[in-house]
Amino acid sequence: MTDTAEPDAPYAVELAGITKRFPGVVANRDISLRVRQGEVHALCGENGAGKSTLMKILYGQLRPDEGTIAVNGEPVVFRSPADAIRVGIGMVHQHFMLADNLTIAENVLLGAERRLGIGAKAKAEIARLAATVGLDDDPDTLVEHLGVADRQRCEIIKVLYRGARIVILDEPTAVLVPQEVEDLFETIRGMQAEGYTFLFISHKLDEVRAIADSITVIRRGTYVGTADPREVTTRKLAEMMVGSELPSPQTRESTVTDREVLRIEGLQLAGEGAPLLDGIDLVVHAGEVLGIAGVEGNGQTELVETIMGIRRATAGRIVLGHGDRARDITKATTLERREAGIGYIPEDRSRHALLASQPLWANRVLGHQTRPPVARRRLIGLINRAAARKDTQRIVEEFDVRTPGVDVPAAALSGGNQQKLVIGRELSGDPVLLIAAHPTRGVDVGAQAGIWDELRAARHRGLAVLLISADLDELIGLSDTIKVMLRGRLVADADPATVTPEQLGAAMTGADGPEEGAA
Amino acid sequence: MSRLQTTLLPPLLAVLFAALLCSIALLISGDNPGAALAVMVTQLGAGTTAVDVINTGAVYYIAGLAVAVGFKMKLFNIGVEGQFRIAACVAAIVGGLLPLPPVLHVIVILLTGMLVGMLWALVPALLRAYRGVSEVISTIMLNAVATGVIAWLISPAAFGFVQGNNISTPPIAPTGHFPGIDLGPSGTIFGMVFVAALLGVGYWFLLGRTRFGFELTASGESPTAATAGGVEARRMVLIAMLMSGAVAGLIGLPEVLGREHAYTLVAPQGYGFTGIAIALLGRNHPAGIAVGALLWAFLDKSALALDNIGVPREIVLIMQGVIVLSVVVAYEIVRRYAMAAEQRRVAAELRAQQQPVAEGAAT
Repeated sequence: MTDTAEPDAPYAVELAGITKRFPGVVANRDISLRVRQGEVHALCGENGAGKSTLMKILYGQLRPDEGTIAVNGEPVVFRSPADAIRVGIGMVHQHFMLADNLTIAENVLLGAERRLGIGAKAKAEIARLAATVGLDDDPDTLVEHLGVADRQRCEIIKVLYRGARIVILDEPTAVLVPQEVEDLFETIRGMQAEGYTFLFISHKLDEVRAIADSITVIRRGTYVGTADPREVTTRKLAEMMVGSELPSPQTRESTVTDREVLRIEGLQLAGEGAPLLDGIDLVVHAGEVLGIAGVEGNGQTELVETIMGIRRATAGRIVLGHGDRARDITKATTLERREAGIGYIPEDRSRHALLASQPLWANRVLGHQTRPPVARRRLIGLINRAAARKDTQRIVEEFDVRTPGVDVPAAALSGGNQQKLVIGRELSGDPVLLIAAHPTRGVDVGAQAGIWDELRAARHRGLAVLLISADLDELIGLSDTIKVMLRGRLVADADPATVTPEQLGAAMTGADGPEEGAA
Repeated sequence: MSRLQTTLLPPLLAVLFAALLCSIALLISGDNPGAALAVMVTQLGAGTTAVDVINTGAVYYIAGLAVAVGFKMKLFNIGVEGQFRIAACVAAIVGGLLPLPPVLHVIVILLTGMLVGMLWALVPALLRAYRGVSEVISTIMLNAVATGVIAWLISPAAFGFVQGNNISTPPIAPTGHFPGIDLGPSGTIFGMVFVAALLGVGYWFLLGRTRFGFELTASGESPTAATAGGVEARRMVLIAMLMSGAVAGLIGLPEVLGREHAYTLVAPQGYGFTGIAIALLGRNHPAGIAVGALLWAFLDKSALALDNIGVPREIVLIMQGVIVLSVVVAYEIVRRYAMAAEQRRVAAELRAQQQPVAEGAAT
């Protein structure tokens, strides 16, 4: 380890026993994190693992329910980010917070005018910091003329100008192309030599191994372990991140039929620069669970949203059904696709699946507003509230949604119960295809097992399921076929009966060559 | 806290708080708040005040509904003001120029008003749906445009009709008058009062019982969830804005059809802005808006009596302003408190009934 501090020097940051609860979910459970002075410390975990919550606590945006924070050995309590900035912690958010119509210098000075004023002294300091972070542009350049990498450097200057010695970088490489990532790492190493400490949040394991001096992994809100990047393999890290214990053995008799339910051919989705989806071909049969493995941000979200009609494919075809009943839905609206029998469990429950302040029965209506029982059969355009309540009650009983009634607002339920409601809704109305994106994310263990059972039962009834998950246990345990997605393309196939989480992890990160050719 | 309490408490608190604040203001200026209130209430029995309150209340009610349709979708239609004025003006011109049989004449005027209000809302609706232009900005600007267009429309060069030293649109023939209920010396209740009530029922039915209402509420609550549920956000923006405009087109008509029988240079203004306050006070609920509209009309009309006892009538403006501010704050406080209480209640009920759950696999 490139430990520049003396052995007994206090840790730059020491979080101990941090617990943070939100209604119905524990985002952080007894997490400890120690960052030495002058090191680059990586924090790894899937989306929803609790990284952001932990960093918000360290940056004073959230207050922990339990646990303590110490900076340079001094215990501190943060009431706001201003307190964190005062002790030298700065955060560079994933989404830049810059004003396009101001110059670099103006953006840096905005809100920090009191430190050195806005005159020559401030300009000189900015020039010095610009050299530190390797920003070549004139500080009087308008931010709107900067590229992504330079904007990021501008953000880093902002936090340094406010006196940060400990810099939190939230997924800094997510927006960068490989060459820019290299440049950023150069900068980080240079600044490290000057004594800056970094907390680097990422789930891109190769990058983490390339830059970090030590790595802390969290999963489902709990601390998994700390690893030394020189000793740990990418596979091992992936395993720590997504879990490796296979779920209890299960009767794995195949229910796969040869009846095609979903056929996707040459699906393309253009992005800024590289395509978000590139030549996706896949077929899901009735009774089959097709799992898509992949590190998040490799096009899974876009694939799901394109199939649901929320995004429009640039090229390619989406066909639902087979033979005479095949229907090209490439240009259909989301509602038409739902009416054609596609159920959809979105990855972000609170943003895409639920109306938080509406009662459960109104949430039952969402997505089904044109179909009985919640829509009246004879009087087109009317909602049958009594039937909606009754059917919600059915879901509550069948899917074991723990709630005192169907009139409580959705936000009053815990995450797991919300998700069970969503799954019950999406399995209503005899769907032929279910798109399940991270169906057990953010739910407790008991609810997770229940949700798995429901998905298995639905598959047994002949439902076709497209399962997207970052949890390899879940993927291997439920899928009949697994495809691996990397940078918008399906790069490998795997047989869940034989594949190991290590092999999958490797294919997902692109760490090694493809595991198996297309089967 | 029951649902009824969370709904009724905030406006009640707001009104009491406003009354308290006004009392303090009156005491400071050396007046007696009790006497002021008494004289305002007694005023209700005097002359045409009671009927005026009902008539003005109906106008405010329509204005509140027009704004509330937009609010349901998180659209802030400040342009209700411009939409209602231009609609009333054009409807009066059409009514004054077209000789039509009774009933049909009134219907044509009503439909013209709705159509013009809708057209005036179309531009902001399109800009918002397809270009993301804030409807607040575009509707405010169209309010100013409406003022100019109306000035031209009722000028003698266009459709103006000079009568003494007032200019108005050509007078509407008796076939186009909406008959009211004549209460003799107490005044005449506008027939449009009943149209306003019907609108309220229609609003309640549309929002609470139809697919359209559900989609509107869903889009307002969470555009992302609505989209995933197959609701087309753009379409909803367009429809909500156009409906808001159509209802706004009716605001000026109770007076045009029931009293003035023309749109005059000195026609009242500001109903659109009052509608915003009333929709806030009534929490976009048809019954709440009705109460808010009547309260507002009562404050407006009874304030005249304050002059008699030497209390400045502007105290009512203070009261109205404070009500709006405090109702917004009170709703937010009660909403947060109720949501937290609901979560605790659900959690507590579940703990009580929960049997130990089998532990799953990995934690």
